Amino acid sequence: MNATEEIRRLTPHESIIQLEGVTVSFDGFKALNDLTFFIEVGELRVVIGPNGAGKTTLIDVISGKVKPTVGRVVFAHDIDLDRYSDYQISNMGIGRKFQTPTTFEKHTVRENLELSLKGRRSVWSTLFARLGPADREAIDATLERVGLQDRAGWKAGLLSHGQKQWLEIGMLMMQDPKLLLLDEPVAGMSDEETAKTGELIRSIAKDRSVMVVEHDMEFVRGLNAKVSVLHEGHILCEGSMDHVQNDPRVIEVYLGRDSAKGHA
Amino acid sequence: MLKPDPSTEPLWRRLHTPKQWAIVAALAFAGIVVVPLLNSSVSPSSSFHLSDYQVTLFGKYLTYAIMALGMDLLWGYTGILSLGQGVFFALGGYALGMYLMLHIGLEGQYHNELPDFMVFLNWPKLPWYWPPFRSFGFAALASVLVPTGFAALFGFLAFRSRIRGVYFSIITQALTYALMLLFFLNELGLGGNNGLTDYKTIAGFRLKEMSTLRGLYVASGLALLGTYVLCRWITRSKLGQVLEAIRDGENRVRFSGYSPVGFKLFVFVVAAAISGLAGALYVPQVGIINPSRLDPAESIEIAIWVAVGGRGTLTGAVLGALVVNGLKSWLTTKYPGSWLYVLGGVFVGVVMLLPDGLISLPRRLSAAWKRVRPDPVPAERPAPVAPAREPEKEPTA
Repeated sequence: MNATEEIRRLTPHESIIQLEGVTVSFDGFKALNDLTFFIEVGELRVVIGPNGAGKTTLIDVISGKVKPTVGRVVFAHDIDLDRYSDYQISNMGIGRKFQTPTTFEKHTVRENLELSLKGRRSVWSTLFARLGPADREAIDATLERVGLQDRAGWKAGLLSHGQKQWLEIGMLMMQDPKLLLLDEPVAGMSDEETAKTGELIRSIAKDRSVMVVEHDMEFVRGLNAKVSVLHEGHILCEGSMDHVQNDPRVIEVYLGRDSAKGHA
Repeated sequence: MLKPDPSTEPLWRRLHTPKQWAIVAALAFAGIVVVPLLNSSVSPSSSFHLSDYQVTLFGKYLTYAIMALGMDLLWGYTGILSLGQGVFFALGGYALGMYLMLHIGLEGQYHNELPDFMVFLNWPKLPWYWPPFRSFGFAALASVLVPTGFAALFGFLAFRSRIRGVYFSIITQALTYALMLLFFLNELGLGGNNGLTDYKTIAGFRLKEMSTLRGLYVASGLALLGTYVLCRWITRSKLGQVLEAIRDGENRVRFSGYSPVGFKLFVFVVAAAISGLAGALYVPQVGIINPSRLDPAESIEIAIWVAVGGRGTLTGAVLGALVVNGLKSWLTTKYPGSWLYVLGGVFVGVVMLLPDGLISLPRRLSAAWKRVRPDPVPAERPAPVAPAREPEKEPTA
C-alpha cells in the first residue's frame, strides 16, 4: 500500500492513467474491446457514448472493480494496477463516484467526510484515531466547497438526491485523489443543481485529473473539455465537443438520434 | 452552536454524557451491590429478600447479556448475522469446566483422581490436553483465547472468501451443528453427551456455599459492566464508524480505501472472546456444560435476544437478553410447553411493530405523545429527526 509514496511527481503531458489494449469480456460479451485510452496529468476528460458502450466498465476497470481480461491498466506512468485490489487502488489516489449516489446513509454528513479523510486505514489505526484540528479544518473546507455546511449534522439518508451526489464528490475530495472518476454526476439533478455541479467539477479539476462519464450534452459542452466518444467498447472519436459533434460516425451512432430532439 | 472540541474531550465524555454515565452507574450499583445484599442481608421473611435460586438465575442472565453485547457488535453494528455464537460460549465454558472437573478430586462418584466419565470409560490417565487445566489462570485464559483463536481461523477463511449475508449465517449454523456432533463423541475426552458437571470447588471455594455463588454473581456483573464499556468504546471510535459503514454500504467502504476483511475479522474475534468469557462465567454458576449449548437453536436464540432488545444500541442487547430469558424462566415453570410459541410470537411481534426493539419504546412513546400534545412553543431548530430504521437491506455485491 506504500505505492502512494512511490508515485513520483508527474509532469504535465505524462499520463495519469493509461489503458493498453484492454478487453473486458463477460461471458463472451466484450464490454471493452481492445481499448487504448489515456488521460494526461491535470486533464479534465469527458467520456460519452450510447448505452452499453462500456462507459461504466471503463470506470470499473480503472478503479479495480473488474480486472481486464486482456491488456494493461497503468496508473501514474508506471504502476500496473493488475496487482492491486479495489481498496488499494483507492488508497493510491483513484477515487470513484458511483452512478447512483453511494453514501453512508445512517452516518451524518460530517461523519461521511471523516470516514473518507485521507490517512491510515488499518484496524488498529482507526481504533485509536483522533481527529486533529487540521482534519476538522479540511472537513469544514470540503463541506463549504460542496455547499453542505448547514447540513453537516444531518444523516446522509435525509439529503436530497442532488445533495447526496455532492456529498459523494466531497467524500472523494477528502481522499485527496490524483484521479477522480465521476459516473454521471448530474443524473437526476435540476438545472440549477447541474450548473452548480459543473462549477464544482471545473474547480476540482484545477488541481487533479478528472474523468467524467455523462449523458447530458449541454452539461458536457459547459465543461469545455476534451471529449472521448466510446462505442461498442472502443474509442470512436476524440477531440473538442465541436469536433466530435460534427464527426459523421458519432452522429450516426449517437448524437443523430438525440439532436433532433433539441437536447444536444 | 457551541460544541466542545471533540479532540480535547476526555475519553469518558466521548463515550457517554454525564447523565448517561449516572444511569449506567445506578444500574451497575443496583445490579452488582444491591442484589447480593438483598440475598445475604435481608431476612428471608421479608418480601425484599432474594432467594439463592434467584441470585444464581440472575447470574446466568448476566452471562447471557455479556454474550449479547458481542452479538450486537457483530450483527447490530457490522451487519454480520452469525448464528453460531454458541460455539464460542461453549468453548469458553468447556475450558473452565475442565478446570472445575480436575478440582473435584476424590469427591467424585468413583473417588478417583480422574474425572468420573474417564473412570467409566476405563481410561488409565488424563489425555495430554487436560493437565494444564489444573491451573485456574491457564483455564481462565484459555476460556477467552481458545474461542479467540478459533474465531480468527474460521473468520479469516470465511471473510477472505467474501462469504457474507445469509451464506455466512448458514455456515455458522452448520459450524455449531458440526461441533455439537463432535462434542457428543466420548473419544473427544470431554464427557460426551453428559458434558462436564458435578463440580465441587472453584479456586478453593465450595460451590455449594452461597457466598461463592454471590461472588460469581458479582464477577458476572463486573464483567458485564467492563464488556459494556469496552464495546461502547469500540463503537464510538472511528473503527466503530467503519463497522457501521460496512453494514450500510460495503462497496463504498472498499472504494473509500478500507479493506473490509480486517474489520470484519476484528469484530468477529472480539465477539468470540466476549462469548468465551460469558461461557466461563456461566459454567460454575449453572454447574454443567454439555453439547446441548451447541444446538443450533441455542445460537438462534441469541440473535432473537438482540433483535427483541434493539440492534445497534448495546443497551438494547443487554435488555433483550435479560427480558427474554426472564420471560423464559417464568413461562417454563408456569406454562411448560408454551415457551417456543411465545418466543416466536415475541420475535415476530417486535420485528413487525417495533423494528428498533424494546429499547426504542420510550422514544416512540414520547414521539407519539408529542403528536397528541404538540409543543406550544415551536421548536427552535428544525433538527432532523432520525429516520426510522429502514427494512434491513440485503448487503449487495
